[in-house]
Amino acid sequence: MIGPRIGVVTFPGSLDDRDALRAVGQMGGEGVPLWHADADLRGVDAVILPGGFSYGDYLRCGAIARFASVMDQVVAFADHGGPVVGICNGFQVLCEAGLLPGALIRNRSLRFVCRNVWLRIETSQTCLTSALTPGETVQIPIKHGEGQWVATREQLDLVEGDGRVVFRYVSPAGIVDDAHNPNGATNNIAGIRNAAGNVVGLMPHPEHAVDPDVGPEGGQPLFASLLHTAGVTV
Amino acid sequence: MNHAGDDEPLHRRLGLTDDEHARIAVTLGRDPNPTELAMYSVMWSEHCSYKSSKRHLRTLPTEGPAVLVGPGQDAGAVDVGDGTAVVFKIESHSHPSAIEPYQGAATGVGGIVRDIVAMGARPVALLDPLVFGPLTDERNRWLFQGVIAGIGGYGNCIGVPTVGGEIRFAEAHTANPTIDVLCVGVADADDLVTAQSRSPAAGSLMVLYGAATGRDGIGGVSVLASATIEEGSATSRPSVQIGDPFGEKLLIEASLELISAGLLEGLQDLGGAGITCAVSESASRAGLGAALDLDAVPLRQPGMEAFEILISESQERMLAVVEPAKLDAVRAVCERWGLRTAVVAEMTEGGALTVRRNGEVVADVPATSLTDDAPEYDRPSAAPAGDGDVAEDPTFAAFDGDLTETLLALLASPDIASKRWAYEQYDRLVQGNTIAGPDSDAAVVRIDGSLKGLAVSTDSKGRFGALDPYLGAAHAVAEAARNVAVTGAVPLAITNCLNLGNPERPEVMWQLTESIRGIADACRAFETPVTGGNVSLYNESGGSAIWPTPVIGMIGVLADHRLRIPGAFPGPGLAIYLLGETFAELGGTSFADAILGLVAGRPPALDLAKERALQRMLAAATSETVLASAHDCGDGGLAVALAEAAIGARNGFAVVLATDLPPHVTLFSESASRAVVSVDPADEDRLVALAAEHGVRAARIGETGGPRALLEGLIDVPVRDLAGAWEDAIPRLLGES
Repeated sequence: MIGPRIGVVTFPGSLDDRDALRAVGQMGGEGVPLWHADADLRGVDAVILPGGFSYGDYLRCGAIARFASVMDQVVAFADHGGPVVGICNGFQVLCEAGLLPGALIRNRSLRFVCRNVWLRIETSQTCLTSALTPGETVQIPIKHGEGQWVATREQLDLVEGDGRVVFRYVSPAGIVDDAHNPNGATNNIAGIRNAAGNVVGLMPHPEHAVDPDVGPEGGQPLFASLLHTAGVTV
Repeated sequence: MNHAGDDEPLHRRLGLTDDEHARIAVTLGRDPNPTELAMYSVMWSEHCSYKSSKRHLRTLPTEGPAVLVGPGQDAGAVDVGDGTAVVFKIESHSHPSAIEPYQGAATGVGGIVRDIVAMGARPVALLDPLVFGPLTDERNRWLFQGVIAGIGGYGNCIGVPTVGGEIRFAEAHTANPTIDVLCVGVADADDLVTAQSRSPAAGSLMVLYGAATGRDGIGGVSVLASATIEEGSATSRPSVQIGDPFGEKLLIEASLELISAGLLEGLQDLGGAGITCAVSESASRAGLGAALDLDAVPLRQPGMEAFEILISESQERMLAVVEPAKLDAVRAVCERWGLRTAVVAEMTEGGALTVRRNGEVVADVPATSLTDDAPEYDRPSAAPAGDGDVAEDPTFAAFDGDLTETLLALLASPDIASKRWAYEQYDRLVQGNTIAGPDSDAAVVRIDGSLKGLAVSTDSKGRFGALDPYLGAAHAVAEAARNVAVTGAVPLAITNCLNLGNPERPEVMWQLTESIRGIADACRAFETPVTGGNVSLYNESGGSAIWPTPVIGMIGVLADHRLRIPGAFPGPGLAIYLLGETFAELGGTSFADAILGLVAGRPPALDLAKERALQRMLAAATSETVLASAHDCGDGGLAVALAEAAIGARNGFAVVLATDLPPHVTLFSESASRAVVSVDPADEDRLVALAAEHGVRAARIGETGGPRALLEGLIDVPVRDLAGAWEDAIPRLLGES
């Protein structure tokens, strides 16, 4: 039996597209490469916008990628309830495309940071966390220079008040504190969802936390959730 | 350009000697014109022609059963089995980085990556060996922070993980930091694009693709830009090369697609000497000439002179040799990746490189005279007067300092301290194959889709080299091989970067020849041939050169990456063994430098046969899965090796050292060919048997366990404190903690 088909968009400058495809395959799904210039999602059951530096990110992260031909299809797919996950640069693209609130600005340290972090699951009402329980922690790496999530007062109230925070940076014991906030994100927010929970953006890289030979395994339940949701949606 | 120099003839101002000028005139049968002089000046420069080092580099061992491509190509290549070729090379970008650290380091990364791509290989790993002046100096901190940011800023944007390297500090490198970068690529052996694999015919087209050509990176011949040799050049101003990693990423993907689709007859990156080098080398390799039309080159600025276009070192460009029938297909691939293409030349019979600008011939020279006819120099070489002051040898100095405090100070010394501050700025994960990253003795990268692992280490031994360049170089090879061996891999081949001062000084020339002799002897002993490398000379200011710093990049193969041996003690209750012998050898050590303030005496001896035996034993112990951990015993000696093994996973130890040597010598001597290993008690007999079989001394010195690092009667300290000293040192020097 072939698992759900998960599309991964390659923009010029995408870097973790192959890694996302491989992670989908390792978790039992079928990875489907999608090309930024094709207005065609090839009938996939879910879409991942991968990490990288789309179009070099010389303007503002994700600012150009959101105008790619494929993005109209992604927005329509999301509007119809299709699962869409934006990882790192993909999260930035989702914010630029207006699918998620807020913006990602330079890390508080003003430096790129690559390290394993602990995340606390804040809600299971999303395509990426349905197999997890709120309060659980997972270890996943981050690698970004512009990952500090910020928002207007109204956006923040909405996100916090409506339970749209999906992941927070925490200590290994699951405590939210400043020492374990790697980029200065507001309220230690590492990932958020839309109202329906079918669109999720996060800065950490779950695709680099699936294969135990090369990293932690905290990405496995996230991909399991996505594959399950995508399978059900079909 | 100073005014006094304006009276000099043009060739001298371009750095060509009178003899070289005469040689060109003989080749051409006439005086070269200014454009031609510019071409010769860059192609015959030290950087491109290796004219001071070539005759000595020939003495390096370059052959072995695994070598697919040896020196002379864009990069060397070795066969790792299963039809897979591993391509790797090291290069320096020290001079630009000393002026503009961010862009200097960034464009260095871009350049070496294109070298690997030009061989038809996908770049899979980057390592950055760096030497700076001490961080107590503000300018050195600026250089350090800029270089690290530049490496990350470029490397993180092109999807190639930065998995290792080393960072050292020495006063002699203050004005001239050593900024090297090594790239590893993986290719189907069939896809290796080299002169050997294809032979393009006359009529083949040369397609320039990627970035437009601008006036950047022509500082080396800035004299031309300030001399009024053509009208309109008064405004010509050379500038620093600026990297565009996004363009590089597109260039990588497009190039690999062109190669795998079988659309190319040849591929060349544009680096030093720009179009001149790429076109002349492509033609010369094929035994052909070329008709180059500069009007076809896409320019970033209007009004560029012919010589500027010819020698511009604008980044992110490649030159493909293409059969006319495949041109449309090549253009389609490049367009898909958003890259501009231009047919700039056609290969011609006869061997002449003819260059046109505005329809007129502006240069007409034999292509091979540019690539092959640079003079070779046998520059005078002489050892410096006085042969090291033996009276100053720190081995024989009395020492009554507190040993625990000394160990903490050594762990906090910049050479030994954790470089996490730097490597956290590198993406070490992309491509998803990083088995072991920058905190390992050697990085280990899985070959995509296989169980094989590549172990890669870069090493230099600056202090040893300063005291004895032969031993410094040989030790660098030995340490690189040992770092690969402690991960369980078998060392296979090296690339090297020789970083030195001005070769016109006999003392520097002696350092060069001694360094090469050291590399050659060690590589012969380990059967790890030299597949290529780079020579970076003139690293000096005010008559004061950097330490002779040959940097060795060693590649090894691990048949199954799941057998990789970690460097840190993985848990309590393991037996700790010291492999190898400890002698009274403190000359050139971290202890002598960081604690006594002495770089003096003789560096430790190196017995190549013993070193080789240790490496073979580690490989055998790996395949028999005897080892729980293995860590090189290098900088800071046994005490630091034990501390590092404890810090990694916060596992303490209790060790008893039985020796006749003074305690500080036992702890901090840097005798070569040693490793600290841990084994499950059930495996001890096998370890001892393997050691005996290979003729390696194995001493059981203690056990792992507990929160403390305990060396009975000498040192007793919580592992937590060791970790704190080791981790906080660099941030503290940068004023961040």
